[in-house]
Amino acid sequence: MRIELVKRPQHSALFSALSPFIALFLTLIAGAILFSLLGKNPVSALYYYFVEPLTEIWSWHELLVKAAPLILIAVGLSVCFLSNNWNIGAEGQLIMGAIAGSILPVVFPDFQGWYVLPMMLLLGMAGGMAYATIPAFLKVRFNTNEILTSLMLVYVAQLFLDWIVRGPWRNPQGFNFPETVQFNSSAILPEIWSESGRAHWGFILAIVAALLVWFMLSRTLSGFEIKVLGRSARAGRFAGFSAGRLTFFAFAISGALAGLAGIAEVSGAVGQLRTTISPGYGFTAIIVAFLGRLNPLGIVAAGLVLALSYLGGEAAQVSLGISEKSARIFQGIILFFVLASDTLIYYRIRFVTRHSDAAAKGA
Amino acid sequence: MGMFEAILLTIATAATPLLIAAMGELVVERSGVLNLGVEGMMIMGAVAGFGVAQLTGSAWLGMFAAILAGAAFSLLFGFLTLTLVTNQVATGLALTLLGLGASAMIGESFVGLPGVRMQSLNIPVLTGLPVVGKFLFGQDPIFYISILLTIGVTWFLFRTRAGLTLRAVGDNHASAHALGVPVVRVRYLAVMFGGACAGLAGAQLSLVYVPQWVENMTSGRGWIALALVVFASWRPWRILAGAYLFGAVTIGQLHAQALGIGIPSQFMSSLPYLATIVVLVLISRNKRLTLMNTPTSLGKPFVPDR
Repeated sequence: MRIELVKRPQHSALFSALSPFIALFLTLIAGAILFSLLGKNPVSALYYYFVEPLTEIWSWHELLVKAAPLILIAVGLSVCFLSNNWNIGAEGQLIMGAIAGSILPVVFPDFQGWYVLPMMLLLGMAGGMAYATIPAFLKVRFNTNEILTSLMLVYVAQLFLDWIVRGPWRNPQGFNFPETVQFNSSAILPEIWSESGRAHWGFILAIVAALLVWFMLSRTLSGFEIKVLGRSARAGRFAGFSAGRLTFFAFAISGALAGLAGIAEVSGAVGQLRTTISPGYGFTAIIVAFLGRLNPLGIVAAGLVLALSYLGGEAAQVSLGISEKSARIFQGIILFFVLASDTLIYYRIRFVTRHSDAAAKGA
Repeated sequence: MGMFEAILLTIATAATPLLIAAMGELVVERSGVLNLGVEGMMIMGAVAGFGVAQLTGSAWLGMFAAILAGAAFSLLFGFLTLTLVTNQVATGLALTLLGLGASAMIGESFVGLPGVRMQSLNIPVLTGLPVVGKFLFGQDPIFYISILLTIGVTWFLFRTRAGLTLRAVGDNHASAHALGVPVVRVRYLAVMFGGACAGLAGAQLSLVYVPQWVENMTSGRGWIALALVVFASWRPWRILAGAYLFGAVTIGQLHAQALGIGIPSQFMSSLPYLATIVVLVLISRNKRLTLMNTPTSLGKPFVPDR
């Protein structure tokens, strides 16, 4: 038997809407198979993974804590991916944003007031943006592949964070732990409803960012420019759009949002800088962007789904003794199924057996 | 053993995984497919190699398991990009993310276990030769495989009919298809070869370089291998040169750290990554060189019309 693709005359609106759901459904099936292989009851495993974390109010808070950076980063990445700029270094931009934003509470702890937090957020965005401009510059000026350069810069950023937290910024009263001082209270991103859990304003920022970018993409000329140049650089050139400028723009936006995610995470969820501040949000956000079909509103939903997978991993570790690393397998599988389901939008799939092949030739 | 000889040996050990993985990816890209999943296939090879060697006590069985694991894992990429015609960049990223996650979970029980080291060659008299003896006749088997691989790939690509076909597929898949070349089948084979090489490179890490299992132990080597292919402008011998250059940078910064020259170790450790960026910029700024050598169909989707 052979699989054959037949191009649809028009792309299918039905499958365009359905494909993320098909992908999630297939992921659940794959997960059930995986759990059975591990000798666990698949139904109860899936329950612990995807339902149990939603039965407590405090874990809804945790969901928003994890979804905030994912949504912020993925919204920025959607601008990049739509315009055919492959920024996969968001993890590094997140780290640089977190470091830049932490300058105020770490180096100037006595500088306090209501204006500190907004300045930190702006510094975080500037840090992420500046770092993202490096691969953009190299791509525009030297034609250098942005995938490889942006990825290499992630390792550099991780090592830089490690150095600054162990070296110059280490808390002198910290018993030699590789940590900075705890941020003072005016440098902490407040919680939304502190009575019931620790969800902070990072999630609100994420929603605002999603709405703004959605508006830009769907209602403004720059959004149109992004889509045209993304689909056909040649057509874009004839329309007078500059691909180089757009590359800078896309990297700047996604770097700024990744930087914002970094400083929001550090100031909202952690309260200090450590050698590791993200469990790979910058990479998981790539999955979020695709699951959300590169649409900022879809990305909000997708961010919640992927955040749930982190919580599910922790829950499964506690309840079932399955490693929480299983969450990363789930996340990887989701992306595969999303990409595979997207094929259905542009193609019909025909299963060709030897028999039907012969019949077709005879006809 | 002199200092010079020792450094030469460690450079070879650091260069070998890059050389093998990049050589595999070279064949994949020459067939017109861009597989960004090298890092993921490599780490799957590393974990499979370590696990099987641990289980059986045989480093050789571990190595074969790693090759099989890499090839099998690459089929996932092949099915999506070649049969379902998905975006190659995104699918390659997915392969890397899945590989890093899956290997972390599979390898969780391996952390801290003593590994099985692959024995180095020891030929009487020859291995004992001064200066070159240890380098030429006293290394681990995977080093020799990497050299044979370089010769073999060069010969295959430029001296055989099958190699010509593969390059034709990569340069113009529509014409190759019109001439009756089974484009998709050629690409499947190339992708699997790339996967097998990445798996072998991973085995070198977990059986020779540091015979143990550490999560994320590839630490970007798969990506550096991808950069090497661009650096080498898709020529096998230049990959050999590039891999040893990077091996030298890696070992050089380690020695500098050990000497304690006052630069923070983190800055030294970031040198290989920065060197990758610098080298990519130097190569890619020469637009004509890049255009002339890049396989024309690289990364483009292909759906055979019947």
